[in-house]
Amino acid sequence: MVKLSSLQRKLWRELWHMRGQALAIMLVIVGGVGVCVMSLSTYDSLRQTRDNYYRDYGFADIFTSLKRAPQAIMARVREIPGVRAAESRVVAQINLEVPNFADPVTGLLSSLPDHGQPGINRLHILRGRLPDSLHDNEALISDAFADAQKLNTGDHIIAIINGKRRELTIVGIALSPEYIYQIAPGAVFPDYQRFGVLWMARTPLATAYGMQGAFNDVVIRLQPGVAEDGVIEQLDNLLNRYGSQGAYGRDEQFSNLFLKEEFAQLETMAYLFPAIFLGVAVFLLNVVVTRLIQTQREIIAILKAFGYSNRQIGSHYAELVLLITGLGIAGGFVLGIYLGQLMTSTYTDYYRFPSLLYRLSPLIFFAVGSATVLAALLGTWRAVHKATILPPAEAMRPEPPQHYSQSILERMGMQRLLSQPSRMILRHLQRKPVKTLLSVVGLAMATAIMMVGNFQQDAVHFIMHVQFQLTQKQDIEVTLYEPVASNVLDSLRGIHGVYYVEGLRSVPVSLEYQQREYRTSIQGIPADAVLQSVLNTELENIRLPEEGLMVTEHLAHKLGFKTGDRIWVKFLDGKRQHLQITVAMLSQQYLGVGAYMRRDALNRLLGEGPAINTLLLKIDNSKAQQVYKALKEMPAVASINLRQSVIDSFRKTMKQILLVFTFINALLGAVIAFGVVYNTVRIALAERGRELASMRVLGYTHGEVAYILLGEMAVLTLLSIPIGFVIGVALCQFLTDQMQSDLYRVPLILSPFTYSFSALVVMLSALTSAGLVWYRLKRLNLVEVLKTRE
Amino acid sequence: MQQNNLKTVFSARGVTKTYDMGEVQVHALRGVDLDLYAGEFVVLLGASGSGKSTLLNILGGLDTASAGQVFYCGQDITHANDKALTNYRRNHVGFVFQFYNLIPSLTAEENIAVVTEIAKNPMSPKAALELVGLGDRMNHFPAQLSGGQQQRVAIARAIAKRPQVLLCDEPTGALDSATGIIVLEALQRVNKELGTTTAIITHNADIAEMADRVIQLTDGRITAIHDNPAPKRPDQISW
Repeated sequence: MVKLSSLQRKLWRELWHMRGQALAIMLVIVGGVGVCVMSLSTYDSLRQTRDNYYRDYGFADIFTSLKRAPQAIMARVREIPGVRAAESRVVAQINLEVPNFADPVTGLLSSLPDHGQPGINRLHILRGRLPDSLHDNEALISDAFADAQKLNTGDHIIAIINGKRRELTIVGIALSPEYIYQIAPGAVFPDYQRFGVLWMARTPLATAYGMQGAFNDVVIRLQPGVAEDGVIEQLDNLLNRYGSQGAYGRDEQFSNLFLKEEFAQLETMAYLFPAIFLGVAVFLLNVVVTRLIQTQREIIAILKAFGYSNRQIGSHYAELVLLITGLGIAGGFVLGIYLGQLMTSTYTDYYRFPSLLYRLSPLIFFAVGSATVLAALLGTWRAVHKATILPPAEAMRPEPPQHYSQSILERMGMQRLLSQPSRMILRHLQRKPVKTLLSVVGLAMATAIMMVGNFQQDAVHFIMHVQFQLTQKQDIEVTLYEPVASNVLDSLRGIHGVYYVEGLRSVPVSLEYQQREYRTSIQGIPADAVLQSVLNTELENIRLPEEGLMVTEHLAHKLGFKTGDRIWVKFLDGKRQHLQITVAMLSQQYLGVGAYMRRDALNRLLGEGPAINTLLLKIDNSKAQQVYKALKEMPAVASINLRQSVIDSFRKTMKQILLVFTFINALLGAVIAFGVVYNTVRIALAERGRELASMRVLGYTHGEVAYILLGEMAVLTLLSIPIGFVIGVALCQFLTDQMQSDLYRVPLILSPFTYSFSALVVMLSALTSAGLVWYRLKRLNLVEVLKTRE
Repeated sequence: MQQNNLKTVFSARGVTKTYDMGEVQVHALRGVDLDLYAGEFVVLLGASGSGKSTLLNILGGLDTASAGQVFYCGQDITHANDKALTNYRRNHVGFVFQFYNLIPSLTAEENIAVVTEIAKNPMSPKAALELVGLGDRMNHFPAQLSGGQQQRVAIARAIAKRPQVLLCDEPTGALDSATGIIVLEALQRVNKELGTTTAIITHNADIAEMADRVIQLTDGRITAIHDNPAPKRPDQISW
């Protein structure tokens, strides 16, 4: 065994003696490092998992759908320079009926080669086998759908294929890199119960849709290093006359786009949250260490008197601090890895990746560890430097009486209102404004961190409110295969249980301004719309202008145009006009990116009569089943989305991911809050023990003395909370700015709950700390404290 | 004079010290000339505020003079840098403070080891403790020792490095007379057995009776120096 030097023994004993405080400091570090490791490793693991998945299963680079093209054209597709592989498919949007499930269910049915796996977008078969091309009733279904509907191999479902009901036998359950996110067209969030992806062999599927020797969907893999733009252009030239909606790359592929946006947000959180947490932890560590060492001023002077050099003294305290920090970092890593694995497996389940991969790069270890250690050492160095700069004789002398002065409140004439102890509190706070400020800022950071941990929930609730209370008021949204004349509404009004119906015309477009373009759809909304409202940027319900477009503010910002500008609109359907349209106004929308017009104006632009292809219904909920049944029997109906199920699935999505994240953050925030408060009080006790003991000797009661110390803490805590709110709002604002995506914008909404919860946690931490200090004050040995000094 | 035959350990010339206490300036020393000789036992006598502690601190390299010069064995330590002073304290001077200043988290033996671990030619902590009669208290923590015992540990700690000089600031100031005598006996024994130059500052004139020389300080100046041809034993004095 290595023999410890006396200083090392001193170190261990003192560490044991101050174990409560050391533990509190460690907690702060564990919290900061834990969040860091959790976030960074989760993000890193997920990205790696996704990239491996894409690589191993041959995820396509380019996608396009069209009306119908002869198979022979595929030879020319493969000739396009840069194309490594191209495969054609038959894809259809279908309605499904699941046994014992009354709600409407829609699906996407895609063809597989008659023999074996496709070369592009290969499936990961979890159970069962590929469908047989000799049977026209075998299907493979997506894992998410199977799970949500509790379907297994051997079960049957009904599919409406080209207008005919057909009973399909499930022969296998699979995952596809193409449908990591499975979202029904037009839906905002996944609803695995009501939307599924299915695969059948090419021959039976093509036969059912009259697509023998033809196809309506192409996927392409590019040669390495080839840019997609050129290939897309040539592909469009080739396929436009077959009704192509325009080829697009991975960037616009639905599932990948969603994933990309989510990952972008994860990335933001993975870097910003830890930066904030670690920043706060490191700041606190610095403050706490500085003050801790200040309480050892006399021992430092004695060591100096014995001939210890500043360097030796510095490294002694550095060892102490590194020990605490090191244990904290180790604890943070253990916690972070545990939470990271938990988070990664939650995400892996959620995204349905074929395999879970958890990794923690040594770089993260190194970066997080060294940032923490550096901060701790900086604090140590500052404090030791300050303690050793004094000649030992001076340092050993008790600090000369400090220059106190009357506090501001006293000078304002409130002197008579304040008791002697209250004056002590105020004068003490005012005497060392920097120290007071640091304590207040430290406590404020704790409040701010709690706010950062919680505000996302508020934002989500607000988004829900805007989306489903202010904007979309229908109970059911029905999309049609083709536009129909608006008098179809009359027949819908006749359905028993339908209160009100509204018809929208929705058309896919590409909006272009200067060099930038964006694919979305224009919704034509009737002038007198009731169920679909349009909000301006102030979230006020407004009427659409007679002419011109209304565009989501986010999109205007993205493409760089403003109200009054004329932008190019390329319609991707029908006659494919390319027109210039004026942007009449901007709208606020938190989900998705869209453009709106008066329906009649849109119909005029498209050169059609009063056509609609989306129906919004308000119904009597007690008669919902009859309404669904009637809708399902209408052949024009492509999909039926229920508002309540959208809200439910949204909630579920949020619960699954966001709440776990939020909860962990809030928990670690609370840990940090406690660490700060406890340390602040303990150090105050160490610094002022003698003074307080003197007052006890003079006849002050335990309670009166505690009041001086804890009253000061109370003032600091109360001062810190509003400052914490300000810092918290600024941090949340920064986060929301970083989290804007095409899928959703997070508004800066902070509920009274978030404010009060954050303040409450900090105050509870303060009260708990106060309780512990109260107990310690009781054990204050008056004689001992006073004996050894003047 | 007898001292002329002896080696001069310290010599101070025109030493002044001014403390800047914010709004007040305190003149602790106003020009002190002083020589201390090898092996002698000196008492610096003065009332509270006479500047005796300041003088001791400056001699010991714990503080620096505002003006004047201090020599240790012929070397000028007035303008020594921090590193040189650190070395000086580490190898040549032992301190005993009025309030013992033991490190509370270390045992008696370990408190001494703090010094012996960095000194060039120390005695063992055990030997130092035996010299002050506390060989049986090695493993006691400061809180388990009486005030007198703590002070004797502090003396052991100060002499363990075998310093040329031992500087003691009111070593009995916090002790009752009986305990104080034990401490003084320990100091005298060290002085006799190790030949360590010992300077004690006190406001207690009775203690001066055991000194070889008594230096009187008043208001930052030396007002009298007299030799004591027949120093008393500590047990012969009382206060």
